[in-house]
Amino acid sequence: MDMASLSSNLLFIAFVAYLVATFLFGGAVKSSNAQSTKSFDRWGKLAITVTIIGFIANLGYFITRWVAAGHAPVSNLFEFTTAFGMMIVGAFILIYYIYKAPALGLFALPIAVLIIAYASMFPKEISPLIPALKSYWLTIHVITAAMGEAILAISAVAGLIYLLKNIDLTKKTKERFWIEAVMYVLFIVVGFVVSTVSFSVANYSAEYTYISKDETQHTIEYTMPALFGMNESVAITDNAFEPLVEMPPLVNAKKLTSVVWSILFGTVIYLLLRLILRKRISSILQPLTKKSNSQLMDEIGYRAVLIGFPVFTLGALIFAMIWAHEAWSRFWGWDPKEVWALITWLFYAVFLHLRLTKGWHGKKSAWLAVIGFIIIMFNLIAVNLIIAGLHSYA
Amino acid sequence: MDKIVCACGNVNPAGTALCESCGRPLNEETKEKKIVDMRYEGSARRSQTYNKTIIDKVWNFFSSVKVGMWIIVSILVAAAIGTILPQVFYVPATNESDIAAYYERIYGWFGTLYYELGLSDLYSSWWFQGLVGMLGISLVIASLDRVIPLYKSLKKQKTKRHISFLKRQRVYGIGKAEVTEDSLLKAEEKLKSLKYNVKREGNAILAERGRFSRWGPYVNHLGLIIFLFGVMLRALPGFYVDETMWLREGETLYVPGTNGYFLESKGFIYETYSKEESNEVFGDAIDRVGTIAKNYQTDVALYKGPENSVAGHAEDLTFEKNASIQVNKPIKFDNFSVFQMDFRLDELAKMKFQLQDKQTQQSFGEFTIDLANPQPLYELNEGYKVEVLDYYADFTGFEEGVPQSQSPLPNNPAFLIKMYSPEFPKGETSFVMIKETVEPLGENKHKIAFQSVETRDVSGLTVRKDLTLPLLALGGLIFMIGVAQGSYWNHRRIWIQLLEDGQTVVAAHTNKNWLSVKRDLDEVSKIAHLPEYLDQDDLDSLDEKVDKEEGV
Ligand code: HEM
Repeated sequence: MDMASLSSNLLFIAFVAYLVATFLFGGAVKSSNAQSTKSFDRWGKLAITVTIIGFIANLGYFITRWVAAGHAPVSNLFEFTTAFGMMIVGAFILIYYIYKAPALGLFALPIAVLIIAYASMFPKEISPLIPALKSYWLTIHVITAAMGEAILAISAVAGLIYLLKNIDLTKKTKERFWIEAVMYVLFIVVGFVVSTVSFSVANYSAEYTYISKDETQHTIEYTMPALFGMNESVAITDNAFEPLVEMPPLVNAKKLTSVVWSILFGTVIYLLLRLILRKRISSILQPLTKKSNSQLMDEIGYRAVLIGFPVFTLGALIFAMIWAHEAWSRFWGWDPKEVWALITWLFYAVFLHLRLTKGWHGKKSAWLAVIGFIIIMFNLIAVNLIIAGLHSYA
Repeated sequence: MDKIVCACGNVNPAGTALCESCGRPLNEETKEKKIVDMRYEGSARRSQTYNKTIIDKVWNFFSSVKVGMWIIVSILVAAAIGTILPQVFYVPATNESDIAAYYERIYGWFGTLYYELGLSDLYSSWWFQGLVGMLGISLVIASLDRVIPLYKSLKKQKTKRHISFLKRQRVYGIGKAEVTEDSLLKAEEKLKSLKYNVKREGNAILAERGRFSRWGPYVNHLGLIIFLFGVMLRALPGFYVDETMWLREGETLYVPGTNGYFLESKGFIYETYSKEESNEVFGDAIDRVGTIAKNYQTDVALYKGPENSVAGHAEDLTFEKNASIQVNKPIKFDNFSVFQMDFRLDELAKMKFQLQDKQTQQSFGEFTIDLANPQPLYELNEGYKVEVLDYYADFTGFEEGVPQSQSPLPNNPAFLIKMYSPEFPKGETSFVMIKETVEPLGENKHKIAFQSVETRDVSGLTVRKDLTLPLLALGGLIFMIGVAQGSYWNHRRIWIQLLEDGQTVVAAHTNKNWLSVKRDLDEVSKIAHLPEYLDQDDLDSLDEKVDKEEGV
């Protein structure tokens, strides 16, 4: 087996291990109370062991891909996002050894699984480095920044657990609405994965020509039925799906199509689940958080930001500036990706201040942690897809 | 305002909430609190004490964390708005009307609105920079307002603190445990092994560790202030140079912004990955994407002219060094860096022509025009010569009979030429373009026949000097030290006292990470048999305790 396929097999092993470990943590959470510490210990130990095995396989993926490519595997959207998922697991293991809270695993691992699944929807082949990326700063900057973001993400996981436990879901409140909205957004990511996989299994492909904004003709391949057509699009493929709406040249209708399919699939899955279970998703998850100590979750939420913030500063701002100065001649250029890193940083600075000097504990702090993670994901997904800057990977 | 004298005899500055020495609450408000606010040790801060003059009011405004956070949130929101559409410096237009037209053409009415509101150049707007300036002021004032009183009261604190202080701590316990002198000694021992600084005064113990982490925020704020100061400095002349230059192969040009440096381009190299030579793992990617760029490189020689030599005077140059400028690998000299930023391939450099008889195509000689520097006259065979009357580098057509050139770049060269021959000593006029020839003054006998071209590549280089970098680096470094100091360490204190009535009191405080300080206290309690404590803030544990006591 060559290096590249060994690498993808290791990633698959890691993926499965994380899924299994999620259920094991579920077992640990169910049995974690004073009476049954023995059984908790057994489940908990097994769960963290499987997680660590998965993490080692994941590291194996990372290293073998590095060897195969000759550069750190953080050079395109698939590689970066996968590395981010891996680091979330790494950060979780770190925090688990400080605080021993199994509920954290129950929520952190599915998020990592979802992120890796999301990553796998993008082109996965190993590509050579374009001149701008040929620098050891690529390795240093991206890995440190992703590590910082991963640790910050654990804060959101703790925040989510805190909220699920402490929001009264029997009363109609804003909080109840928003926590369910967060769940729904997770389902849209699931929808993206399911729709991409379904259409790719069905081998769907259709080519169209269109006129771009500089008034030249291009062809584009859709891998999902075109809900939205590119500007003046004309099908090349026979029997291609006729776009429902045609978009102006400014809009990338192909991306829009995939976003809308994700929402459609995600919504259908979400509604089906709610119909079958006859409950809000947050109400289904709430019992799993009942045995977590609120104060512990609150503390983890703060601690994760404290640990992650300096790492993020170093990776996403300082190393980024050093590299930008070497590659683009200026340490700061207000490129959208840079700006969003700055926004993330300012947001967490506000989080720390409100917590330390305004006493924003508990729910407020937990909400901020969840919002922080949303900003990080926005930078990862939306800025890459929508706002194209210097950074936007292929 | 008056100083406050505490029951213990310590004289505290006006505005103090907790006696600097013994910790007694000094005002009614503090007395009523169940858990005391320990953020600045209840010390007197200027902003909390004075509010009369204008200066007081400005000081209080900027020292407020609430205000500071609103400033940061405003910057954050503004920064986000600036990413909705590309900023002007990413737009392919240089003058105002082209820029406005660009936003209108690409983004419609929204683009026009964005441009009109000035959002297209948001980061250099006065109000955005003003916000950043306010952030700087806020950092300075808020830090000064707190750090000095905090420093004083941490220094002055006594080992023995008043019970009214201890019972208002979040972690607090009192009881008639079997605590003797011996167990106090054991506690001291254990605390020392947990790396606490232990002080003893009669029956009171104060164990403290990590106090230096309290300075973390102030150190990191200092770093930020230095950084912002560095950014401001670049507005001063001499600190910052940002120029661009287009350098053609074979050309030697003055490097703008420098003091007498010249660069000669020895060649531009553009490489792409090929499937054969590159590692076969890249095959799939190359198949999918097509060509993938591998290298952009300008090979240059650097020269230094005499002091104060300027553009156009490339004489008396002394050779300094050869270098290859690549993306990510600028050439560096004398505080300057020159970066490989852009390129144009195959720009026309020289064109070779023949003077021919139109009918027989007999040649009367060849000449080569250097497009960067066309000669007025080219002497050919005996009696034949060609005069270049006018040169249009980037010919776009005739407007009312007058030839137009849209730029000085030789994208589409055209020449107005006079051909002299023995038959036509007064010359025949011809307008020569790349593919065709126009004879504006009637039928000619001779013609200019195009033979061949030479092309060359052009490198787009950016010249940069930034003397503020060391200051920015220093600011960044100090920020990192401060933020690590405040985040990875924390300030923990444990108080143990044997009261006169035989009861024992324990209390603990930390600025963060309560679990650790409780764990420390548990270890000490185990050995010294201290009374049980309560975390007066931990609702779940309190519930549990109540549950247990009620036998649920
Ligand atoms: C981008 C700007 C800023 C950054 C990155 C920053 C960073 C920090 C950090 C990391 C801490 C420590 C927080 C913790 O340990 O939980 C802190 C504390 C603090 N900051 Fe800032 N800060 C910024 C702006 C400001 C501003 C504008 C103010 C003023 C209003 C301010 C006032 C404070 C105060 C009062 C503390 C607490 C100090 C203490 O507890 O002794 N900061 N800052």
